Amino acid sequence: MRIEVDFNVCADHGQCAIAAPDIFRINDEGHLVFDASPDEALRADAEDAADACPEQAITILD
Amino acid sequence: MTKHVAVVGAGLGGLRAAEQLRAAGHDGPITVIGAEAHLPYNRPPLSKELLAHELLGGSGADDGETETLAALHQRVEFRRRASVADVTFRLGAAVTESDLPSGTLTLADGDTVRADGLIAATGLRPRRLNLPGPAGLGSGRHVLRTIDDLAGLRAELRAALREAVALEPSSPAAGRVPRLAAGPAATAIAGLPRPRVVVVGGGFVGCEVACTALSLGCEVTVVEPLGPPMLRVLGAELATAVQANHERAGISFVIGQAVIAYTGQDRVTGVVIADGTDPGSARIPGGPASGGHALAGAVLPADLVIEAIGSIPNTEWLAGNGLDLSDGVLCDNKLAVVAGTYPGVPVTAVGDVARFPNPLFDDVPRRVEHWSMPTDTARRAAATLHAQLSGAPVDTTPFRPLPSFWSDQGELRMWSFGSPGLADDVEITEGDLRELTQGLLATYRRGGELVGSVAVNLPPLRHRALREALLK
Repeated sequence: MRIEVDFNVCADHGQCAIAAPDIFRINDEGHLVFDASPDEALRADAEDAADACPEQAITILD
Repeated sequence: MTKHVAVVGAGLGGLRAAEQLRAAGHDGPITVIGAEAHLPYNRPPLSKELLAHELLGGSGADDGETETLAALHQRVEFRRRASVADVTFRLGAAVTESDLPSGTLTLADGDTVRADGLIAATGLRPRRLNLPGPAGLGSGRHVLRTIDDLAGLRAELRAALREAVALEPSSPAAGRVPRLAAGPAATAIAGLPRPRVVVVGGGFVGCEVACTALSLGCEVTVVEPLGPPMLRVLGAELATAVQANHERAGISFVIGQAVIAYTGQDRVTGVVIADGTDPGSARIPGGPASGGHALAGAVLPADLVIEAIGSIPNTEWLAGNGLDLSDGVLCDNKLAVVAGTYPGVPVTAVGDVARFPNPLFDDVPRRVEHWSMPTDTARRAAATLHAQLSGAPVDTTPFRPLPSFWSDQGELRMWSFGSPGLADDVEITEGDLRELTQGLLATYRRGGELVGSVAVNLPPLRHRALREALLK
């Protein structure tokens, strides 16, 4: 599974890190870091994170 | 036998309902019917980024035409899961009537759609003020719910910003959209006449629009009869502090006054305010007999008015079926529409129209107009409907979604978790009410029990603990 985040849109709300902590994380500076090709087993979490993003910045590519 | 599900409403709730029907295992046809002509899109940016988009700063002299509706829509259109690629979107025609015994929907264009099960996801429409004065398209009176509303508001804002600059002949930028810094930049064009925007209603949407208009260089006044802005959710202390913060940024507030009329012939030129808490209730001397122009009360000059006074659930299409539609549509905790004695196809509801009990708080059915609810309720409503249609047992595990929403207002970012509005006690557990930008946490309790948290400018790393405390 491949994930893309549009950083022009991302506003560091951090809701993805709550929905899918194994993929998304807010670092100590308060900014988003994420695993762009997480394990397929995390798909449901990834979908939840994409849904929960207030700015709809997350795309699941495949 | 495959069953056809019609999802009525094509906003966030309607899209999520279709996706969650597929996730629940429904493999029959799905039709999503929407009153708006657009595929589902995200509404929150309409009062914030998308309202300001290219009206702020970056636009040059000649590329200043209002972005087309389609281009605006594209910026906020939801990605749709692959699982709904075969879903039929029937857009631009509202459902006007339903006959649940036969599962038949009648659309505004006269068509009918028959379904074996329904999901109600029709959301809200803005309340309007029925007051003397100019009304309708081109009157300068706006609401902000749909992307069409946004396009109309943007066009008038852009024109007003241009006109303000053009009126100042010595300005080198005459005729051009002013270049403004982000943030409360009203002073950036000091000396130039500024478009005067009056926001009627001091709720979250009203305050967001006010902050955006301020950042664009408008002179902004918020009129709210009931008290400091967002009072019902935030409580008096925090609401007062947010008002003070916004006043320092340059927004004027008229609190405790109601709008009783608009001045102007074809276009609004001002807002008439008077003591009172109920719009329209104040006596207008002379009244209609004098054409509504001899009015008591002060007049706030206005080039543009944005009415943000709350919403009405769209449930008229369900009338005549014996349902409780007194405030949204009454559902049980599984989001099945409470049937009473109606015979007919199964119906569940999602999002803003669903009034259901949430055992996280108590057993009182309530509607929750928060951004998180359509997604959460769609999951459960789809599972319930799929079970009803397939004859499988309906999951009776208590449904306890945690409501949450955010609001960006100038330098403030607020996140609300739970239901602060239910509280009888508010405690500022962290931070200084005079320094909201530095971070503040308000904790809301009812009968001593935690019911909500509002975080102002707190890092998102903190949100997880705030959520978990509420879910205990």
